[in-house]
Parts: sequence; structure tokens; C-alpha cells
Amino acid sequence: MRICRCCAATRRGWSRGYEAMIDVDSLSVTFGHGAAAVHAVRRISFHVADGESFGLVGESGSGKSTVLRALSGLNPHWSGRLAVAGKALERRRDTAFYKQVQMVFQDPYASLHPRHTVDRILAEPIAIHGLGDPDRRIAHALDEVGLGAQFRYRYPHQLSGGQRQRVAIARALILEPKILLLDEPTSALDVSVQAEVLNLLHRLKRERDLTYILVSHNLAVVAHMCGRLAVMNHGAIVEEMTAAQLRAREPSHPYTKQLLVASLGYDRAAIDQFEDFAATA
Amino acid sequence: MSTSRPLLDVADLRVDFATPKGVVQAVRGVSFTLGREKLGVVGESGSGKSVTGRAILKLVRPPGRVTAKRLSFDGIDLQACDEPAMRAIRGRRISMVMQDPKFSLNPVMPVGTQIAEAYRLHGQGSAAEAKRRALEMLEAVRIRDPERVYRAYPHEVSGGMGQRIMIAMMLIPDPDLLIADEPTSALDVTVQLQVLAILDDLVTQRGMGLIFISHDLGLVASFCDRVLILYGGRVMEVCDAKRLGEATHPYTRGLLDCLPRIEAGHADLPVLRRDPAWLEQGI
Amino acid sequence: MTAAAQETRQSRHDWLLSDTPASRTQARLGRAYLAWLSFRRNRLAMIGLIIVLAMVMVAASAPWLAHYDPTVPVLQNRLKPASAAHWFGTDELGRDIYSRVVYGARLTLYVVLLVAVITAPVGLLIGTLSGYVGGWLDTVLMRITDIFLAFPKLILALAFVSALGPGIENAIIAIAITSWPPYARVARAETLTIRESDFIAAVRLQGASTARIVWSHVVPLCTSSLIVRVTLDMAGIILIAAGLGFLGLGAQPPLPEWGAMISSGRKFLLDQWWVATVPGIAIFVVSLGFNLLGDGLRDVLDPKSRDGA
Repeated sequence: MRICRCCAATRRGWSRGYEAMIDVDSLSVTFGHGAAAVHAVRRISFHVADGESFGLVGESGSGKSTVLRALSGLNPHWSGRLAVAGKALERRRDTAFYKQVQMVFQDPYASLHPRHTVDRILAEPIAIHGLGDPDRRIAHALDEVGLGAQFRYRYPHQLSGGQRQRVAIARALILEPKILLLDEPTSALDVSVQAEVLNLLHRLKRERDLTYILVSHNLAVVAHMCGRLAVMNHGAIVEEMTAAQLRAREPSHPYTKQLLVASLGYDRAAIDQFEDFAATA
Repeated sequence: MSTSRPLLDVADLRVDFATPKGVVQAVRGVSFTLGREKLGVVGESGSGKSVTGRAILKLVRPPGRVTAKRLSFDGIDLQACDEPAMRAIRGRRISMVMQDPKFSLNPVMPVGTQIAEAYRLHGQGSAAEAKRRALEMLEAVRIRDPERVYRAYPHEVSGGMGQRIMIAMMLIPDPDLLIADEPTSALDVTVQLQVLAILDDLVTQRGMGLIFISHDLGLVASFCDRVLILYGGRVMEVCDAKRLGEATHPYTRGLLDCLPRIEAGHADLPVLRRDPAWLEQGI
Repeated sequence: MTAAAQETRQSRHDWLLSDTPASRTQARLGRAYLAWLSFRRNRLAMIGLIIVLAMVMVAASAPWLAHYDPTVPVLQNRLKPASAAHWFGTDELGRDIYSRVVYGARLTLYVVLLVAVITAPVGLLIGTLSGYVGGWLDTVLMRITDIFLAFPKLILALAFVSALGPGIENAIIAIAITSWPPYARVARAETLTIRESDFIAAVRLQGASTARIVWSHVVPLCTSSLIVRVTLDMAGIILIAAGLGFLGLGAQPPLPEWGAMISSGRKFLLDQWWVATVPGIAIFVVSLGFNLLGDGLRDVLDPKSRDGA
């Protein structure tokens, strides 16, 4: 009998005493106050099982990246309940959290310090957490993401977009986290480089048994990488479904249907039917 | 209007840049013709597609050097044109829409003024006439409240609206050829398609030629009539957009295959193997 | 250059510009070398560099370059014009102007270096801390900065002099106290932008402390513009020191400070013009040198014009 991945993951969770690896309950994030307040995220809830790859799809302004920033602790102004591995998260995160959860950012040109060599960038987390043996760890990290030793002492401007993103992934993995938050990791890359990076992420997930939350505006990327996904619009989750349902073209919400049609390319007749899905409540 | 002469005829276009580390050949012998149709120019970063667009308008500054066997627009030899002659052509006969309206619209002037300026720049009428035409153009790009948008500043409009304003500004002098350099890459996917629909309508109505430069092969294939695939500054393949699936060049096939698709499963994506021989070949 | 020397030079050039550096030192040296090559292409900047280096060398070797003691008066030789014995003539106390100018370079260098060494780090630290931490620390530090910015340099120098007495050290303190605020302001503005970058977010996500982030990540990005500003400001500092000397508030006689030399030479401007003019030319040349050097550095170090150097 073959047990699918998510069931196996949930069973693992039960044996640990908690169900989901990541728990988001009624999360809200607001920027600004009073009349100028922007409700970037409005009371959304979702759960990610251990070892699962969960996608958050939406257009710009949907709040998907804001969810990641709240989860990672970069944005402390959230309300609701967040829990990782059963443990509720406070406003400030502790060192143990950073060893569990790491993030890969969208823009490879902005996520590496322009004055630090790759070696220095990778040595930093090792030094902060006092892990020791930096030489071996750095060499191993570079090897894992498919970069040879010749890249070790280069500066970011001497690397291509794909190479920089690999360094960013190596940096995220050097602390050996269980959860990776991926904020549009391939949106800024060429299509052929995107395929390599997506394959790399896939392989790393299998080898290290990681849990992913992948944020993207590209339905095809999310369908390819994730088992389950949620569609966001104007700060709220509009629909949640499995990748299989998406593949079978079974979305029920009109917004998801519209996204699906748009992802297929230019179709003049279909475009005329596009609606503006304004924020509800 | 004679239909036998192509609108744009480019033969063996080459663009070189002198850098401290040596000469960089951005474009190495690109040739194509364009009629009153939509031509997509697709390539990854470094393929030379943007440089090609700028070279046509002679917007490549030193240390860049542009040479070509033939670079003619509607019978006019662009290589022989000096700067005043090119200024008369730019905007009036060939226009260019760029990627991000945040960077291509003047942030301290109201939007309407910029559109009207584009009209008056080519000596086509009075200030009142320019304002009237600007409002007409804003309606033509389907902006619902043209009066309000006329007075707005670029930071007050959304990305999609900014790009439509760019299109209005570039089409108001009624050019014959529009070069669009990644005009929708900075926009959301639904907005992208809506902006392209407007472009499609305007281009077809006015009988213009369109060069659509993009990295998005799927989008270009569904939007354009013909597709030009660039790699390493050379043309790898030219084909009809509808028959892109039958493309023969391994680079084109590689690009098509490495796109993730919703229907496909979770298997690894085929990775593009770059053959160094491609850099030497080319149409 | 012999063929062998050419070859070693070329191989060293290649090693520095190698795409695959094998150590941190090689990477750093390569980067510095590229910046040097770019700087070297700018002729005016090279002239500035030569002037500044010349001034440093003159100051260092003053005892060997000068012909006479700069402070001992020789009253028989008063106000002599330029001659073989006295290249720039003599002043009103018979001292050789050339020797005084040469020794005066030491004083000018002393003032400029001390002021730079005091103001730049102070301004940088206050600005980056203020910009990164924000909140009440930002408000307090910026108000302090505003207070110091409000003082005009010469008036403050007068105040110091009346309180502590004239002298070159007091002049330096007065200049330094009023020179650091602009550096703090600029560093803060840059920090505010840098703070929002993804690479700062990434290092925050590794659990880095504020001190580590400010020192290792923010400060290195602010130093380029700081170096340029300090170099360009040096000309102004020289002029202020000279102005203070002119007013009798800076270096006291018989120290051969260039500003003080101009002041004492004022009386003889019509007939013995060289007494005031020669130190004036020295000030002009050195200020020009720093300005050209600063401009050249900005072209090389400005991240907007280069690829992240």
C-alpha cells in the first residue's frame, strides 16, 4: 500500500505530539494607522504539515510576501497566532528559531551584501551561532548547491543571477533549518536558470526532508513545486486546493479561474472577460 | 502604400562595447525584416535583445558602436541619418515603450502634461489641441477617468495604469513602428494581459508595426505573429508564433521544455544544455 | 622594461584580475587593483593624488628640504626678494620663506589629519547607529547633531580661544567639533536606505545582533561616500585653519603656519608681495590637490557609477 507524502507527514506529526509544522491562525498585518491604514493581511489561516511544500499564490499587493515576513519575524507588527513545530511564536524570535526557519529572498541582486565575498557571506551564520569548523561547512554548502570552489572568494557582482540565488540558498541551509520560506525565489531569473534552481530546491527538499512555503505569482511554478496551495487576493485567502485539483482545472473561485486563464498566455477573447476582484470586507 | 517594401529592414546588425576587460559583442549579426505585423524578439538576459531595440533607434551611446550592412526604415537609411534627422524620426515615426513606468515617466510633472508634451514636440498643434488629443489618447488606452488622470502625478497611479500612460504618450504622435522593450514584465499577470490587449487593438487599428522584446517565450508566442529567438547576440530561429511548438533549433526546444507547466507533475524540469556551437552559428 | 619584467607584471595583473580568486586576500587585492586602474585613467585625479603625495613627502622630509631654520629671525635679511640663496625671498623677520613653507606643510598636514581622524569616525558611528536603531536614539542623536551643526566654525573658534587660549590644538578641536555633523547626517540617510535591503533582512534572520549588523554590514557601505566627503572637505579645513591663523587664533608665532604667514605679510603686500603670496599659493595648490583627489575618488567609489565597488 502506498501512502502519499502528506499523509505520511501528518502521521509523523502525530507521533511528535503536534499536527502541523507551521500553524497560522487568524493572522492579520496592518501598515499605518487610522484612515491611512493598509490591511495587508486579513485574518488568514492555514497549516503546513511536516515535509510538505505549500504554495501561496497571488498578484502584487495580495499580502503573500507579508505573510512570510510576519512568520520569519522580520515584521513584528502582526496579530493572531503563529506556531512552528507546536510552539507559539512571540514578537521577537530566539536563536533556536533561526536554526529552524530560514528564508530565501526574491531579488538575487539585493540579497547578498555587495562588499562581502561568498566565503564571508557563508561564514557569517556559522560565526553568529558559534558552530565551528567553518572551512568544511562552507565548502560543503557550496558543493550542495552545485557551486565549485572557484566561486568561494568572488564578490556578488562577479556572479550571475542564478549563481547568486544558489549562494542565497546555501546561506539559508548552512544553519540546517527544517523550514525554508521561499519568497519568489525564481521570479528574477531567466527561464533556463529558473529550471535549474527549482530542480535544486526539489533535490534539497528530498535529501534534507525540509518543509517549504513557496510564495509566487506564477501558478505554473507553484503547481510544479507544491502539493497544496492557497490563492490570496487583497490580503485574504480566496481558495485553498491541492496541486492535483489545480491540474484538473477544478478551481471553484472565479478569481482562481481568472488567474488560471491568465497563466495560459494571451487570449484576446478571454481578456475581455477579466474582472477586477476588489477587496471584500 | 506599397506593401512590397518592408517597414524595417535590418541586415547583419552588430553592436560592440569597449570595456576595460576587452570588447564585448552584445549583438553579433542580427538580421530580420518587419512588415506591419507584431514581431516578438525573445531571449534571456545577455542575448542582446534590448540592445537590438535601442540600436534601431540609434540610442546606443559610446563606448557602444553600431554597424550594420543595412538598417533601413521605410526606405530611409537610418545609418546615414545624423542626430537631428534621428530626432525627427524618434517619437514621430518610431516610438519606444520601456519596462517600468516608475523610471520612464518624469516624477515631477503631471502625467497629462507629459503626454501633451509628446504631442507638441513634433510640432503638431497648439497647447489646447495637445490637451484634447492627450485626453483622447487616455480614453483610447481605456483609462476610465481621463480628466483626473491627466492631472495626476506618476507616483499616484498604479503600475498598469502607468504603463498605459506610457503607451498613450508613445502613440500620440502616431508613429509607424513601436518598439516595446519588456513593456509588461513589471506588471501582474492579469494586468499584463489587459495592457497587451490595448496595445494589440491600437497597433492593429493604426496599421503599425510592433517589435515586442521579452524574455517570456509563452507570452510572446501567444501575442505576436512571428517570433525571433536570440542567443548570445545571434538569431537562433525565426518562426511563426502559431508554429512555435514545431520549432527545430535545440535552443528554442530547450527553452520551451524547461518551462514549468501546470499540467506536468512534480518531476524535475529538463535543464537547458548550452551548446557552445550555438554562439558560432546563427541565422 | 625588459621582457621578463613585462611578463611578471602581466602575470601579476592577471592574478589580481582573476575571475576565481583563491583566497580572501586575493579577492580584496583584486578589487582594490581594479579601483586603482579606474582611478589611474582619470588624469586630473592623478594630478590631485600627486599633489597630495608631494605635500606629504615635503612634510616628512622638511628637515632635509629646508635650507634654513624656519623660526630664527635674521634681521639683516629682512624682506629680500627671491634669489639663489632664498628661493622665495625672506619675510619681515628675515626668515627664509621657502623653508617656512616647507615646514608649514607639516602643520597643515597635522591639522588636516587630526580633524579627519576625529570627525569621520564620530560622524559615521553616530549616523549609522541613529539610522539603524531609529526610535528615541535616533531623535536624541539627531538633535545633538543639529545643535552642533548650528555653530559656525569661526565663531566657535573665537569662543574656544577666549576660554582656553589660542593655539593650534584648540583650533583643531574647534574645527573638529563643527565638522562632524554633516558626516553623521549623510551616514544616517544612507543607513535608512540600506536598512531596508534584503541582505540586512537575511542577516537579521540569522540572529545577528544590532552591533554586528551596524559594524559589519552597514558601516562598510557608508565608508565610500564618507571617504569622498572627507577628502573634499579637507580643502575647506585647510582654509579654515588658515583663516584662524590669519586671525591669530590658530598656530601662534613663530610657527610657520601658512595662514599666519599671509596675515603677517599683509602689511607688505604692495612692495614685497612674495611674503603673503607664496604661502597663499601653497594653500591654493594643496586645496586644489585635495579637491581633485576627492573628485577622482568619487568617480571610482560611487556605487552608482560602478558595479558595486
